[in-house]
Amino acid sequence: MKYLLIMHMNPAVWGALTEEERSEVGNGHGAFMDAITKSGEMIITQALADPSQSAVVRVQGGQPVVTDGPYLEAKEYLGGFYLIDCESRERALELAALIPDAKVEGLGIEVRPVMFSAGTLEP
Amino acid sequence: VTAAVATEDLLRELAPQVLGVLVRRYRQFEECEDAVQEALLAAAQSWPAGGTPANPRGWLITVASRRLIDQVRSEHARREREVTAAVREPELTASLADGAPDTDDTLILLFLCCHPELTAASQTALTLRVVGGLTTAEIARAFLVPEATMAARISRAKQAVRAAGSEFSLPPAPERAKRLRVVLQILYLIFNEGYTASSGTDLYRPDLAREAIRLTRTVRQLLPGDGEVAGLLALMLLTDSRRDARTGPSGELIPLSDQDRGRWDAAQVADGTALIDAAMARSALGPYQLQAAIAAIHAGAARPEDTDWREVHALYKILERIAPNPMVTLNRAVALAEIDGPEAGLELLATLDRDSRVAGHHRLHAVRAHLLERTGDRNAAIEHYKQAARGTASSPEQRYLEARAARLAAGRT
Repeated sequence: MKYLLIMHMNPAVWGALTEEERSEVGNGHGAFMDAITKSGEMIITQALADPSQSAVVRVQGGQPVVTDGPYLEAKEYLGGFYLIDCESRERALELAALIPDAKVEGLGIEVRPVMFSAGTLEP
Repeated sequence: VTAAVATEDLLRELAPQVLGVLVRRYRQFEECEDAVQEALLAAAQSWPAGGTPANPRGWLITVASRRLIDQVRSEHARREREVTAAVREPELTASLADGAPDTDDTLILLFLCCHPELTAASQTALTLRVVGGLTTAEIARAFLVPEATMAARISRAKQAVRAAGSEFSLPPAPERAKRLRVVLQILYLIFNEGYTASSGTDLYRPDLAREAIRLTRTVRQLLPGDGEVAGLLALMLLTDSRRDARTGPSGELIPLSDQDRGRWDAAQVADGTALIDAAMARSALGPYQLQAAIAAIHAGAARPEDTDWREVHALYKILERIAPNPMVTLNRAVALAEIDGPEAGLELLATLDRDSRVAGHHRLHAVRAHLLERTGDRNAAIEHYKQAARGTASSPEQRYLEARAARLAAGRT
C-alpha cells in the first residue's frame, strides 16, 4: 500500500528552533532515508523550496492569471513529502513517527493513502 | 515476439526446478537464487534469437552453477572452499544438469517464500521471483514501485529466510497444513492485487491475476487431493471470468447485477464450476471452497434474477460458522435482503455497527446505502453513498459511489 507522508512546515515553529535542533532534524532525515531504502519501502522523497518562490496560476475567462508568492493566509505550507510503499496503515504510522519533524513540538506528519498512481516511478 | 513469449513461459516454468537443484547441491538459498536469476536473464537474452538449447533445464543449471561459483570465488568468503570444491568436480555439475527432475522442489520453495516470519509484502515479492520466475523489474512494475525499492525488499526477504534457518525440505506433517494456508493466502493476495489493480491493459505490466492462477494450478498439480487448493483455483477462475464485464469503456466499475453476462468467459466459468463441484463432493469444506461455490452460483445464473439467493445465503451462513468474519456477515446481509427484503438485510447490518473491525468501513456504508435506496429512504441512502465514497481508496469505486449518490439526489433511479 502506498502512502504519502506529508511534512507540513510552520515557519513560526521552525524559526524558533536553535541551529543545533535544526541540524538534528536534517541529520535525522538522512538516517530515515537510509532505513526505508534498505527496507524496500522508499519510493521517492522531495523537499520543496520556500513558498516565496511559488507562483499561483488561475485561469479566468480562458486566460491564465499568474500571481507571485504564497497563499499568505496559510499559517502552514507543504514543506516536502515521502512517498512510501509499505505493508499496512500501522506500518505507515510507525514510519511517520520516525521522521524527525514529528518530534518537533508544533509540527506533525500527515499520513494519507494514495488512491491512484500513473507515470514513471524511477526517480 | 512469439519466440520471446515462448521463452519467457518456459523460463518461468523451469525457474523453481533449477533453483531446487542448486539449493539441494550448494545449500545457500540467497546466493543460489541470485545465480538462477542471472541465468534466467542470460537465457531470455540469448534463446529467442539463438534458439532454445536441446536441454533447456540443463543449460540453466550449468550457467547458474557457474555464476554461483564465480560469485563465491570473488567474495573471498570463508565458505569459498566448500563451493570451489565443486569446480574440481566438473562431472558433478554435468550430472546435476542431466535428466528429468527426480523431485519437484516447487512446493518446498513456496513454503520457504511464504515463511511465517516474513511480512506479506516480502512473501509476495519473493514468491513471484523465486517460484514465478519473474524478474525484479517485472515485479516492481506490477506493484508500481521503482526497481530499487523492489530489489531491496527481495534482498531483505531472502535474508529473513536465511535468518529463519529453514531446512530445504517440506515442513513436517503437523505444521504443513498451517503453512499451506499461508501459501494459499499469498497466492490469493497476488490474485487480488492483479484483479483490483488498474483497469485496461498495460502491455508492460505483468498480469498478476493470471500469474496467481498459473501458480495455483501448479500447486494443484502437486497436491491434487487438497480441497482448499482446488477451491482457491476455482474461486480465481470464476472471479477472473468476469474481468471483461466488470468495467465500462472509461474504467468505471459495473456491479455484478448490471454486468453484461455474455461477456463472461464461459470456458473459464465451466472450468471453475467443474473444479468446485468435484472438490466439494470429495473433500472437507473450507473457506475457499465455499467462496468458490458462491461464485459458481452467480456464474451459473443467466440473468441476475435467476440467482439462487437461498443457496448463496446458506453458503454464507456456513462460511460465517467455519470462518467468522464481519465481511462474510456483510455479504450474507446482501443475500438475505434478496430473500426477505431490504429491511431484513439492514437489521443484520445493524449487528455489525458494534464490531470495530468493520464499523465505519466503506463497504458497510456502501451496502447500507444500497439497501436504504431499496427501502425508499433516499436521503439516508445518499448520505451513506457519500460516506462510502470518502472511505474507499479505490478511485473507480469512488466514482461509482459518487455517481450513485448524485443520481439519487437528482431524483433519478
